[in-house]
Amino acid sequence: MLDDMLNTIFIITAAIILISALLTITAHNVVHALLYLVVTMLAVSLIFFILGASFAAALQIIIYAGAIMVLFIFVTMMLHQGEKSLAQERHLFNFSTSITALFLSSMLFFELIFMLFLTPADSANRLVTAPSSAIITVKDIGTQLYGPYSLLVVISALMLLSALITAIHISKSPVTSEIKTKADNL
Amino acid sequence: MDSWLTPLIILVVLLLLGAWSIWLERRVLALWQDRLGPNRVGPFGLLQVVADMIKIFTKEDWVPPFADKVLFIISPMIVMIMTLLGFAIIPFAPNIQIAQFDHALLFLLAISSLSVYSIMLAGFSSNSKYALLGAMRTAAQMISYEVFMGLALMGVVILADDFSLSAIVAAQADVWFICYQPLGFVLFFIAGIAEIHRAPFDLPEAETEIVAGFHTEYSSMKFGMFFIGEYLGVILISSLITTLYFGGWQGPFLPPLLWFILKTGFFILFFILLRAAIPRPRYDQLMVFAWYILLPLSLLNLLVTGAVKLSLLG
Repeated sequence: MLDDMLNTIFIITAAIILISALLTITAHNVVHALLYLVVTMLAVSLIFFILGASFAAALQIIIYAGAIMVLFIFVTMMLHQGEKSLAQERHLFNFSTSITALFLSSMLFFELIFMLFLTPADSANRLVTAPSSAIITVKDIGTQLYGPYSLLVVISALMLLSALITAIHISKSPVTSEIKTKADNL
Repeated sequence: MDSWLTPLIILVVLLLLGAWSIWLERRVLALWQDRLGPNRVGPFGLLQVVADMIKIFTKEDWVPPFADKVLFIISPMIVMIMTLLGFAIIPFAPNIQIAQFDHALLFLLAISSLSVYSIMLAGFSSNSKYALLGAMRTAAQMISYEVFMGLALMGVVILADDFSLSAIVAAQADVWFICYQPLGFVLFFIAGIAEIHRAPFDLPEAETEIVAGFHTEYSSMKFGMFFIGEYLGVILISSLITTLYFGGWQGPFLPPLLWFILKTGFFILFFILLRAAIPRPRYDQLMVFAWYILLPLSLLNLLVTGAVKLSLLG
């Protein structure tokens, strides 16, 4: 009963992901396209939730939908040109430029279909079995991250730190240093 | 009680409270400023809200012809939906809670990060300069203050060893977390005010600078939804403060629900007092305050809490 319901929800969510992803690349308005992408993110998060990874689901919303996409929309909102930019893009991208990409991605698509049909429907295969609702707790993830994967955590922290320092260095201009003196006076 | 009845009652009560806290704010502000406030409609002016609602419903619901129509209509809905969703995880009393799951606090952070969209889309779809300026300010403000909100909450999570709000309330049976986390409480409170952009952090709608900010073009009930959404946000943050730092529904003698209402009511009044007492900072001051003062403080709070907890565990 519950498995049936989860299956139905999974299929509906997967359909939402496909449709909104398609709309993301076909929408003419940039902000609309980004909003469809947000819908895709939210639906992916629901898939994570159905699979029992509720921590990953929450992070998917907080980081992707809540932070990265907000920044994307923030920037496009400021640079939004409406019809003018649309005409410019029409001039830049015509159908002939996308033929190679279309060919390659359709190859990949057929390969995927082929693989899915050839894969035996064994019970150990997570993709084939019904979505499991075994819940992974935050504690499990924490012990994994700071146990066997602690080196990866440290490396990604170093990468983020260096990215942060680079960003500060690039954005250092007379204006920002002026703000900093204001902060010192605060 | 039926499983659908409790959520329905909570929803109706919240919507009524959201509307009536407008009356409360006007009355209490007037009291503190030696005025009378709305006192004509009904006893103590209590029916002022009903009059306001009739007025707001019968006004012309105008969608500007230059606006992005779909987004323009969706964005006030988002703010209401997101704020009301936030209440789903609040334990009002031992058995009165809509949804109970492990990652309640993460759910809350996700909800609060999604509510940025309502204001950004309102500003963008209005297609007007003031609305866009207001939306940009909000987006920057909310993204910045979300960081400290999350970091301040982590102190509570470390103490309670759990992300679920009922476990956090249970962990405060002996001592309220405000005793262990005074700095965390102050940080969360400031971030909370900025997150629902109430005065003194109401720069997105600073009427002396940018008309009404992101909702300049809104009229009738669409404006009403932004308005009530803001008051619902005040109630949400107040009840979160109660739950996270002041022991939730726990307290002697009185029934749990009454304790919860009393504590939450106190913080709602405090929000109103803040509006009356503190002037609005400048926009760059707000951002500098966030990144130069609050970020180091919240990191320090997290570090010290973790260190003390680890040293006590041995």
